[in-house]
Amino acid sequence: MVRLGRWISGHLVLTAGLAVLTYMFVPIIIVVLMSFNKPPSRALYTFGEPTLANWLKPCEPEGLCSSLITSVQIGLLATVAATALGTLMAFGLVRHRFRGRPVANVVIFLPMASPEVVLGASLLALFVAVGFGGVLGFWTILVAHIMFCLSFVVVTVRARLQGMDSRLEQAAMDLYATESQAFWKVTFPLVFPGILSAALLAFALSFDAVIITNFNSGQTTTFPMYVWGAAQRDIPMQINVVGTAMFALAVAAVLGGEMLRRRRERVQ
Amino acid sequence: MSSATSAPSMPRRRLSPAWLLLLPGALWLAAFFLVPLVQLVATSLYDPTGSEELGYAMTWEFGNYVDSLAFYAEPFLRGFAYAAIATLLCLVLGYPLAYTMAFKAGRWKNLMLILVIAPFFTSFLVRTLAWKLILADNGFVVGVGRTLGLLADDGRLLATGIAVVAGLTYNFLPFMVLPLYVSLEKIDHRLIEAAGDLYASPLQGFRRVTLPLSMPGVVAGTLLTFIPSAGDFINSRLLGDTTTQMIGNVIESRFKVGDYPAAAALSVTLMAFIVAMVAVYIRRAGTEELL
Repeated sequence: MVRLGRWISGHLVLTAGLAVLTYMFVPIIIVVLMSFNKPPSRALYTFGEPTLANWLKPCEPEGLCSSLITSVQIGLLATVAATALGTLMAFGLVRHRFRGRPVANVVIFLPMASPEVVLGASLLALFVAVGFGGVLGFWTILVAHIMFCLSFVVVTVRARLQGMDSRLEQAAMDLYATESQAFWKVTFPLVFPGILSAALLAFALSFDAVIITNFNSGQTTTFPMYVWGAAQRDIPMQINVVGTAMFALAVAAVLGGEMLRRRRERVQ
Repeated sequence: MSSATSAPSMPRRRLSPAWLLLLPGALWLAAFFLVPLVQLVATSLYDPTGSEELGYAMTWEFGNYVDSLAFYAEPFLRGFAYAAIATLLCLVLGYPLAYTMAFKAGRWKNLMLILVIAPFFTSFLVRTLAWKLILADNGFVVGVGRTLGLLADDGRLLATGIAVVAGLTYNFLPFMVLPLYVSLEKIDHRLIEAAGDLYASPLQGFRRVTLPLSMPGVVAGTLLTFIPSAGDFINSRLLGDTTTQMIGNVIESRFKVGDYPAAAALSVTLMAFIVAMVAVYIRRAGTEELL
């Protein structure tokens, strides 16, 4: 009985875990395959014959590439703003004890805990109430994205700050570094990886935001809004090219970062 | 902003620069999260006969809640039921994966972590559309189901609740795996060994030691999976049909047709449920441990 139990914990769990991981990649494989697919007819979203045409002409479907550009613009602006605001907040929360901290923690946590549909709906309700209903577009999307990325940045940078040994700063100042020297030469380099991952997360969240954008986009079309619109009519195969390319780029970036980190650790 | 960044290295002695650091972000959240929530509540009490052109009058119309909940009770309950089933499935699927990562992966741990996050990099909608293909009537899954007799010969998956729940489960699984992994990873292995030394079978050791110690992760993962599932309308729209409408679908379509009071009343009700769940969680975990 004990041996059976041990075998189960030894192999069955491992097998199940790896099976679940495989399952997570099934749709990704479909997306990659579909990027090389020529459907039997334009209206059908099924497998036809293999082709390279989608990769050679990614911008062929009208509006796809301009929607990508819009998404990148909004993503970059939202990332810069959310990362700046969020990093400051993380420092304020970790390095200071003040009354109202629990309230601050809850206010930062709540946007992450709210369903996107509520975030989008309430912003739309506000925009309509103040007479902005007609100007929904690029800027209202940006405002919404900064808002919902902000909390994720705070949480990510805060985790990094909390894991940092504050004695390193004290040591720098014992060695006659000024406050700002200690910050820029010791604290900031140590926190930077956290800020970087927060920025990447913010960009990914903004780039992929569907629900909240759907409420506040007006006539402006981001890439998810383009796919959402296309899903109601017929879906161009090129969206799978974008999906595959994004996946490849992001995995390359993450793996590259991981390798850099390992090399740096070895040097240290 | 730049003057504030250079401040934080010497904490307590300063004239509270904490507020300077927090102020810009706090103002943003106040203006675009808290104020909109208040406006949402206000909108939910507007006179329902108004329109975007004529404007809405504030008439403290609490009847909006009664009317919309009565009228949309079915998608509301269905949304919660789908979200609950998807969350449970995520827990069942996510636990072995998180356990494998925490205890079995060894030096592959980081790689597995990257792999768990990796599906996020392909657009949410593109992935969900891939499920549409996987579950299609002439697809592999339906074919196997029919052959094995799990599905009737004309049975289908697409445009049913099963497809919607499958989509929700798939899309939010990483939100379950990551907090589970974090809490399993923190467990001191010696505690599990000690259970074994004291003649606990591996199963007993798991039930009495590992599982209770991973409860923070279970609770956090449950919230993080349930909340976005309960408000989702993408999976129902792409993988379901009109009989699988969830509360998110109703809120979206009410807003799109300009029926703001009803849409706001439904949103506020959904938010109230979520806030209640989060409040229970905070009472358990405290405000410092919020994710």
